[in-house]
Amino acid sequence: MAWQWFHRLGSPKWFYEKTGPWLPWLGFISIALILIGSTWGLAFGPSEAKQGNSARIIYIHVPTAVLSMAGYYVMAIAGAIGLIWRMKLSFMVMKAAAPIGAILTFLALFTGAVWGKPTWGTWWVWDGRITSMVVLFLLYLGIVALQEAYQNQDTADKICAVLALVGMVNIPIIYKSVDWWYTLHQPASLKLTGKSSIDPSMAYPLLLMILAFYIFYTWVLLMRTRVEILKREQKTTWVKDLVARG
Amino acid sequence: MHPVRKQRLLLVLALVVASSTIIGLSVYAMRHYADFFYPVSKIVSGEAPLHKSIRAGGCVVPGTIVSASDRLHTEFVITDGIERVKVVYDGLLPDIFGEGEAAVITGKLNDERVLVATQVLAKHDENYVPPEVASSMSPVERHNEACKGMNYGS
Repeated sequence: MAWQWFHRLGSPKWFYEKTGPWLPWLGFISIALILIGSTWGLAFGPSEAKQGNSARIIYIHVPTAVLSMAGYYVMAIAGAIGLIWRMKLSFMVMKAAAPIGAILTFLALFTGAVWGKPTWGTWWVWDGRITSMVVLFLLYLGIVALQEAYQNQDTADKICAVLALVGMVNIPIIYKSVDWWYTLHQPASLKLTGKSSIDPSMAYPLLLMILAFYIFYTWVLLMRTRVEILKREQKTTWVKDLVARG
Repeated sequence: MHPVRKQRLLLVLALVVASSTIIGLSVYAMRHYADFFYPVSKIVSGEAPLHKSIRAGGCVVPGTIVSASDRLHTEFVITDGIERVKVVYDGLLPDIFGEGEAAVITGKLNDERVLVATQVLAKHDENYVPPEVASSMSPVERHNEACKGMNYGS
């Protein structure tokens, strides 16, 4: 049957056993790439003509912002799969993604504020980009809080999935805010189509950092999901066996 | 796909479409409130209120920055390529503020439609260039992306 592989993917035991050996690799590669990328960007890459060295915060700011938005799609789509196929594992991924996304969003806002002070002349303004990022942060916090608000895990999962799906519209708003409205935040420097307005000497370390953060995100998401699996499946024999084996 | 799952899939899609439509239309309705600043033309045309705190955004016209030598006082003119507004400011300017750069100014318009600023912010553009590339550029190329190719009427 065509959907069988999909249902097998939904088995927490299968997922737990399959992803175990990936973790050291993901961890090693992501940490190595982050070290290479940040050394490249911070020590060997050029400073920026107008901003000087403060522009180097881009190597943290952009990857955290990209992953805070990509991570939201991961969380919302996991929630949708959970709702449609009643897949427990999918809800566990959704729950695991929420705090990671919240931290990434916070880091993007924080690094933006640190950059804004010397560049714009202020830590904070309520323009379209920053405000929509605050909404993203609150959505993540809302899902973290909702998970704890229900005694019944199944209810919490469904409510969180609905909230995650409703909040999904915020992602294109964040992305397009700088084009739709007059904002203090500048438009995107890296462009999918057309010529990027960031010099290649800065674009390459930046792209490497974005890739590194994607791998790092996968690593952390898998680790958190595995903890959630053990928590929710603690009464099953396979988890008991796992614990007994030490 | 199982019919029950197909139904749930449709429900999820309906939820996403409905919520996106509601939020999208609300955002569209509020689009002018979501602007962080008034472009210069809207100030000159009288859309921006007098004697109320507003924000104006535009490019600093080259050659118009005049700083007092004895006190913290700067005057300059901003433009959006069509209209111009004079700004007076008694405060510290951000480092990347300059001629041909974009700035966002908070202040009140007085009766002469001069913007009396309480805060001047610099707006950086999406261009990231190393210093050695920038020094090989012409002065016009080095200016803010939003201010490029702008007719300053000179």
